[in-house]
Amino acid sequence: MNREEVRQAVVDILEDIAPDEDVSSIKDDISLREQMDLDSMDFLDIVMELRKRFNIEVPESDYQELVSMASCIKYLQPLLKDRQLAS
Amino acid sequence: MKYDVIVVGSGLSGLAAGIRLAMFDKRVVIVEKHTVVGGLNSYYTRKNRTIDVGLHAMTNYAPKGARSTPLGKLLKQLRLSHDDFRLHEQEMSAIRFPDKCLHFTNDFELFKQEISEQFPDQIDGFMGLVKKIESYDELSLFTSEWTSSQDILKSYISNPILIDMLFCPLMYYGNASERDMDFYQFVIMFKSIFIEGFAKPLGGMTYILNLLVDKYKNLGGELRMDSEVESITSKNGIFKGVNLVGGDQLTADVLISSMGRVETLKCCNPPLELDWEDSGSTGQVSFMESLFALDQEPKNLGYPNSIVFFCTENQFRYEVPAELIDVSSGVLCCPNNFKYPENLSEGMIRLTNLASFRLWNTLSRREYIDAKKEWRAKALENLFTFFPDFRDSVVFLDSFTPKTIYKYTGHLNGAVYGSSKKAKDGTTPIRNLFICGTDQGFLGIVGATLSGISMANLHVLQSKSAQNR
Ligand SMILES: Cc1cc2nc3c(=O)[nH]c(=O)nc-3n(C[C@H](O)[C@H](O)[C@H](O)COP(=O)(O)OP(=O)(O)OC[C@H]3O[C@@H](n4cnc5c(N)ncnc54)[C@H](O)[C@@H]3O)c2cc1C
Repeated sequence: MNREEVRQAVVDILEDIAPDEDVSSIKDDISLREQMDLDSMDFLDIVMELRKRFNIEVPESDYQELVSMASCIKYLQPLLKDRQLAS
Repeated sequence: MKYDVIVVGSGLSGLAAGIRLAMFDKRVVIVEKHTVVGGLNSYYTRKNRTIDVGLHAMTNYAPKGARSTPLGKLLKQLRLSHDDFRLHEQEMSAIRFPDKCLHFTNDFELFKQEISEQFPDQIDGFMGLVKKIESYDELSLFTSEWTSSQDILKSYISNPILIDMLFCPLMYYGNASERDMDFYQFVIMFKSIFIEGFAKPLGGMTYILNLLVDKYKNLGGELRMDSEVESITSKNGIFKGVNLVGGDQLTADVLISSMGRVETLKCCNPPLELDWEDSGSTGQVSFMESLFALDQEPKNLGYPNSIVFFCTENQFRYEVPAELIDVSSGVLCCPNNFKYPENLSEGMIRLTNLASFRLWNTLSRREYIDAKKEWRAKALENLFTFFPDFRDSVVFLDSFTPKTIYKYTGHLNGAVYGSSKKAKDGTTPIRNLFICGTDQGFLGIVGATLSGISMANLHVLQSKSAQNR
């Protein structure tokens, strides 16, 4: 996956966990918590979806890496570089 | 077949736990003893009418987009959109006592205004109480000391009638204890009723339950109806599996039970020593409810409100009555008086009164049927000293009692709000056996659903040991 595809993968997850949210307007540099009112339950969901979709384990100590879209991409890209974006 | 998780009960908490687990590919089965889902909040059909058993109104109403509210969290966690619940807000509700009446809607400002008009010397105290409530973390999963709400209210409000008027709706809609309320529970109920408010789903409980069951099944969850858990087996204090009535055995790593805490512990094999604290806290509070289908809208008969919490005496008593029911207080619900796009097909009024399981349970079948009629009539007679008579408009009626609730949900004493002792973190003396629902401490439709979600998250999805299984 390239950068854009990793971003899309995260957008797909956010779209699923917050069905009432407009994910097209997410700004990469602002914290997700602020933009989407995400709480700890939602971060659990992001982590669970990463495990389910890509078999990636995000240890609790790394949760802070998921704070914004930009930091998600930075953290996930090395882990996803050999993967295809599923349909 | 070995499951990751067995969930006991297809009430709202069990279904919600099941959905969360199935969503993340856990092998999960819900076992339900009844042939209909829903538990305390189910429905039945009589003479071509589908009647909701529990639902008066859903508390915790929040508009679309309010994601950090309990309703918002629930929808997100179950991956449902606000529109999926088809909620329609209440018109106006009321708390009616002999000399005072307070109205409230889903706009908290109106309630504050009502209090300042009806109790001008109490508004400052009330606002102090609101401040305390707003800053309170009532959803913590850590058990705190029992804190008396009566004492706290008295420290803010000096008028005993206002105190009773505040307690009346909050106790009727979510208090497992008699006379007093643990303060965290008071806060939950205060926020969910006065600050957030009421709505009803179009299509009632049948619609919501079908929505949840479909979601669960589409995620691959298995639902076994007509399957009663007879015993829960453990070895060296660790959960092993369940035996169903009829002989089937199921094994799993984790059990999440919504049967109730004492009800669950009593099923354990080898048997657990239940201390007095456990058995002594078995819930006692239950209700009789009568529903009246009408030949016209309740509004036309002088019933304009959505829900009315009333007390026809000056002192409100929330306790197990010394007679079959206590007619001096109750809840009136008019399902028609919600902002639906079009009128419901039929007018309906529901009346709820406190009732004694013990007394109903001593009656023979014949006496039971007669007593239902007799006490329904008494409840109406007392009601009509306060409210307009609608008897001439009734086209169908039915009542259920604490005995009915026990029969269909298995909750001891027909206790609608479960045990007075809550297991907030859901743990039990048996490892990998957890409680969700009523006895975990989040009550009502939204509460029970959140309870199932929280317990599935905490003990299965988030749990370190679970990840390595
Ligand atoms: C008359 C009435 C009116 C109410 N009105 C409202 C309202 O207006 N608004 C609101 O928010 N809430 C209301 N409630 C409360 C709300 O219904 C409950 O708080 C909520 O439904 C509790 O859900 P639960 O999952 O905790 O428990 P339950 O719904 O009781 O779920 C437990 C399930 O476990 C099953 N079970 C028990 N034992 C076994 C066994 N051995 N094996 C297999 N299965 C078993 C039961 O059959 C049941 O389906 C009302 C309740 C009643 C009774």
